[in-house]
This record gives sequence, C-alpha cells and structure tokens, in this order.
Amino acid sequence: MNISRKALPTVLLAMLAGAAWMAPSLAQDKAQAKAAAQPRQQSVVERGKYLAQAGDCIACHTVPGSKIFSGNRPMPTPFGTLYAPNITPDRETGIGKWSADDFYNMMHTGRSPKGYLLYPAMPFASYTKVTRADSDAIFAYLRSVPAVRLQTREHELRFPYNNRALLLGWRTLYFKEGEYQPEPSKSVEWNRGAYLVQGLGHCAMCHTPINALGGSSQERAFQGGLIPMQNWYAPSLTSNREAGLGDWALQDIVDLLQKGVSNRGTVYGPMAEVTFNSLQFMSDEDVRAMAVYLKALPADQGPASDPAEAPARADVNQAYSEGRRIYAARCASCHGAEGRGKLPHYPPLARNQSIGMSSAVNPIRMVLNGGYPPGTRRNPMPYGMPPFAQDLNDNEVAAVVTFIRTAWGNRGAPVNAREVNQLRSATVE
Amino acid sequence: MLMKIPNITITVALSVHAGAALAQASAADRIPDTMEARVQACTGCHGAQGRGVENVYFPRLAGKPAGYLYNQLVAFRDGRRKYVPMNYLLAYLPDPYLMRMAEHFASLNPPPLVQPVVSRPAQQLAEGQRIVTQGLPGKKVPACVTCHGAELGGREPGIPGLLGLRADYVSAQLGAWRFGVRTALAPDCMQFIASSLSETEVAAVSSYLSSLPVTASRPLRQPGMRLPIACGSQPQKQEASR
Repeated sequence: MNISRKALPTVLLAMLAGAAWMAPSLAQDKAQAKAAAQPRQQSVVERGKYLAQAGDCIACHTVPGSKIFSGNRPMPTPFGTLYAPNITPDRETGIGKWSADDFYNMMHTGRSPKGYLLYPAMPFASYTKVTRADSDAIFAYLRSVPAVRLQTREHELRFPYNNRALLLGWRTLYFKEGEYQPEPSKSVEWNRGAYLVQGLGHCAMCHTPINALGGSSQERAFQGGLIPMQNWYAPSLTSNREAGLGDWALQDIVDLLQKGVSNRGTVYGPMAEVTFNSLQFMSDEDVRAMAVYLKALPADQGPASDPAEAPARADVNQAYSEGRRIYAARCASCHGAEGRGKLPHYPPLARNQSIGMSSAVNPIRMVLNGGYPPGTRRNPMPYGMPPFAQDLNDNEVAAVVTFIRTAWGNRGAPVNAREVNQLRSATVE
Repeated sequence: MLMKIPNITITVALSVHAGAALAQASAADRIPDTMEARVQACTGCHGAQGRGVENVYFPRLAGKPAGYLYNQLVAFRDGRRKYVPMNYLLAYLPDPYLMRMAEHFASLNPPPLVQPVVSRPAQQLAEGQRIVTQGLPGKKVPACVTCHGAELGGREPGIPGLLGLRADYVSAQLGAWRFGVRTALAPDCMQFIASSLSETEVAAVSSYLSSLPVTASRPLRQPGMRLPIACGSQPQKQEASR
C-alpha cells in the first residue's frame, strides 16, 4: 500500500463517511472507527473537494485553461449542444444564492431550485444516490472556490428536445430517485465501491448502452456501449470473460483506474479524462473498493455478434497478411511480435478485450490518432503511442487492425476501409 | 577426479551463458526510462529527434526555445491553439511533463533537413526581405528580426526561430493567428501583427523566410531586451528580474 501522508486523513475520513451510512455491518465499522481514532481533523470543505473530484464535476463545468467551475464547456449530444452552467458561488451567474437544501434537491431529484427539470447530461440519475452528508460537503466546497461572474450560454437543442417538458417522459423511463441503499449481505468494501461507481463516479453514463432516447436501461447496466458524439466505445465492465473485467487481477483494475496504465490495458480518450481529473486523486482504499465492486459485477451475455463466426473470406485473408506485414514493420517494436506488449507502458494487444470487442472503434482510433495515457500522480510521465493517420491509408489501417483483432487468439471481427474512413473524418475529442 | 574438472567448468560456463541470454531477453522487454522513448508519439510526425520531415505542416521542434515549445504544448492542450490531432494527444498531460518534453526537444540539435528549393518571383522575395528586416512602419508592424533575432534563430525564452519553415506553414500560421485558430498568451502580439498584414504581405514574408538557408544560429539570450510591442509569451518584467 502506498498511502501518502497527505492522503491518509482523506482516506480515513472517507472510510468513516462510509461507516456512517453502513450501520448494518457493525463489527467492521468498529474496526474502522478504531483506525480513524487519531486523524487530523479534515474540514468539510476538504472532504467536499475530494468528493467533487470523485464526481468529476470539473470535466463538464470547467473549460480547460479557464477558472474552475465557471462553466460554459460545450457538450455535444445527438440532440444538440448543451453548455454546463457556472457553478461558482457568484450570486448572479453562479449558484451563490443556493442553499444546501437546493443543492441536495438538485443532485437528488434533477430539479433546479427554480423548479425546472435538468437535462440528463447532468448525471442526476447517478448523483441521486449520493448521501445528504456528501452532498453538503460538495456544496461547502463549491461555496469555497472563487466566484466568477460569467453568464452561462443557452443550450442549443434541436426541436423537440428544446422542450423541457419532454424530460418528464424520459424521467419516467430512466430515472429512479433515491440514495444508495447498502447491501447488507456484501462487504463494507463492496458497498463503498458500489456507492462510488453507481453514484458520484456515474460510470453508467458511458458504460451502459445508451439508446435512441439518450437513456441507459437498468437491465443492461455496465454492458458497455458506443459513447454518442465522441466515437469511442466504452467497454463492458461486467465479469464477461470476453469483454469484461472477470479475469482481471484486482491490482490491474486499480492500476488502470488510478494510474492510467496497467498490465492489461491503458486508458485513452474519454476514460483518460476520468482518470486525469478524477480517479488519480482518489484514495487507494476507494479505488480498490470500486475495483472490488466492478470485478464482482455479474457476467452478461456478451456482445451480440460472435466474431469467431466471421467468414474466412479471401479478402480477409489478404488483409490479414497485409496487416501482419505492417504490424511487423510499425508496431512490433513496442507491442512485441506476439502482441504481449511491454508492461505496463506498451499495452498488450493479445487477449486485450478493448481490441477484440464487437465494436472496432477503439483499435481503429488508436492506430489513426495514437494517444497519451493521462499523466497521473502514479504515472506522471506516460509513454505515447504515435498516430499513423498520416502514414497509413484506409486499407492499410483496416489491414493492421484486422490483423491485431484476429491474431494471437483474439477473436474480433475483421474491419474494412470504410469503417476506418468514417473514423478518420470523425471529430477527435 | 581430474576428468571431472572440465565438466564442472562447462556446466558453469553454460549456466552463465543461459543467464546472460535471460538477461538479454528481459532487457528487450524493458522500456527505456528516457524522454526519447516517451516522445515517440511526437517523432512519428516531427521526425527523429524532432528534426522535421518532408511534410510541410509538421515543423522541426529541435533547438527551438524551451519556453516557446512549452507555450505551444500548453496552448494545444487547452485548445488555445487549434489542431485536432495535437489537441487530442496532449489533452491529459500535466504542466511539468509538458515542460520536460519542451526541454527535451529544445536541447536537441540534429542536422537540418535539406529541403527542395522552391523558386519564387524576385519581386515577392524582395518585398518579403523588406518586411522581415525593416517591418512595415506605416502599420506599426516591427521587423521580424527585431524579436526573432538578426539571424532569425529565435530568442529565449519564448520566441521561436523562423528558419527551416516552409512557406505554406508560415502562411498557415499567420492566417491561423488572424482568424483566432492560433492564439498566444495575452497580449497576443502576433495576433496584432498577423492581422495587420495583407494577403500579399503574408505571401511575401512566407516565401522569403522559406528561401533562407538553415544555419546553425541558436536562440539569443539577451535578458532585459525590450520588445517593440508587448508579448504575453515573452514577459518583460520577469525576464528583467532574472
């Protein structure tokens, strides 16, 4: 365990907070209370800051390089562009006139103090699980940051989505109000992980398939899905052996979340943002609790298409041999002739679920755009993968992705030049 | 007894050999703990050691002032300078690491890429030379050489050299400044300069700069030197107090 001295009080208080809402398992609570007997008193504001990081508020409410929480970061959605509001304590343009009750009600019910319904880009369907004490701490922290007077832009939503009344229907289908209820049959650690993953972490926003109405259905929780507008595929987090975390070592899940690199894979794209702004700052205990919960998610049915049934067509064979040639020349020096990578900085490609899953979006984008994992406390100087968009044409990218998706026991389906071309022109975010 | 000695020697020799082979294998699996290995994502486009490549739009990085390179990395990361592939690559890298990258490329000095000579109209080159060396006093545009150095090798800490850049690249950058696609720290002096130039003047400056041979000139170090206009990327007070 590497708990820095600075982080220790945070960790202990976070555990204490956990203990407060988990009355049923008394024995473990006592042990924690004992461990937490001596810590330096941590202010509510500090705890609120930690929780706001766990909720990744900054990702949407701060334009990079601008004043924290001053809002206006555009969020493109299939329904139009939303602008995250200013949540600094400015009385005119921020949340300076709000009370802690207003804030809790907004988090809990998805309604603003003025009574209008929030668009679900604000993950209130997840934040509803946050406890009153945690909500109050976050509010106290938000009150402590410098007030910025900056009017939030109006959303630019297409008809009919610009009519907030329609949200009533959405809420009926996809919103269940209520704080997290601990599962008494599970460990304190599992419950803490569930609370963070389902609540502040709002992981379901990307890792549960989003349907045409922008809703995520409970039955398909954490089965993975294409993130609208961002053109990245959020993999399944269930125990499914082909696509999920079932056979990952706990430490690898912890490393992936907190460090950004692991022996099984690396975070890029939207998940790099989550690690950079949120998960790297979380305590070892909390990240571990999330990993324990995620690893215990029940297996789903797996991706609909069975890649193994892909026909061994002549053109696929040709792409495979062309891909093998390109791989040997351009990729093998880092990822190894057998796709094992060099751990943890050059990720393995063999048996890497992000490579073989039904959607080929992620591997195609990696070849086209390359990428740096996030620079984190545990991995401050990450190694970067070069982009190849400027060197390889659509056919060559399709060939090398087909090769890595089908070599070394990977069971992904072949990809074609058209799929590559679509992503070449896609917005890179 | 005697017979056994060579056997033992052989066994020992074999095991040493096997040990060496194992060590070699793990060395091949090891990732070098160097900046060079970390910036492979950059050198794919900008060339080995940031030397520059054939492609006009992937400029040389080597030898540019670290402060300039750092400002560009931060601007790309935060979207103040817009070029989607760079914005994406740098999005989640912290300031200290971007500084290490900047220092890395600033410290390198590989031989410049020999570029094909492009013939340009003599009149255009003459006008370019005039703007570069004398500026446009009527428009209050200072000569490029005042800030970028008489030999155009740049100036520490924040002003880049202008040699070895292709005409299309220079012209694209001036255009980007004019239209807000490329912005520098306020006050953005280059924004003022770029928007003061006509299209003909931009073409002349770009042609002339790209016609110059790449020399060994390095960024100047003249702390306290006053710039003709205020530039956020070359803070005057800080520099004077150093």
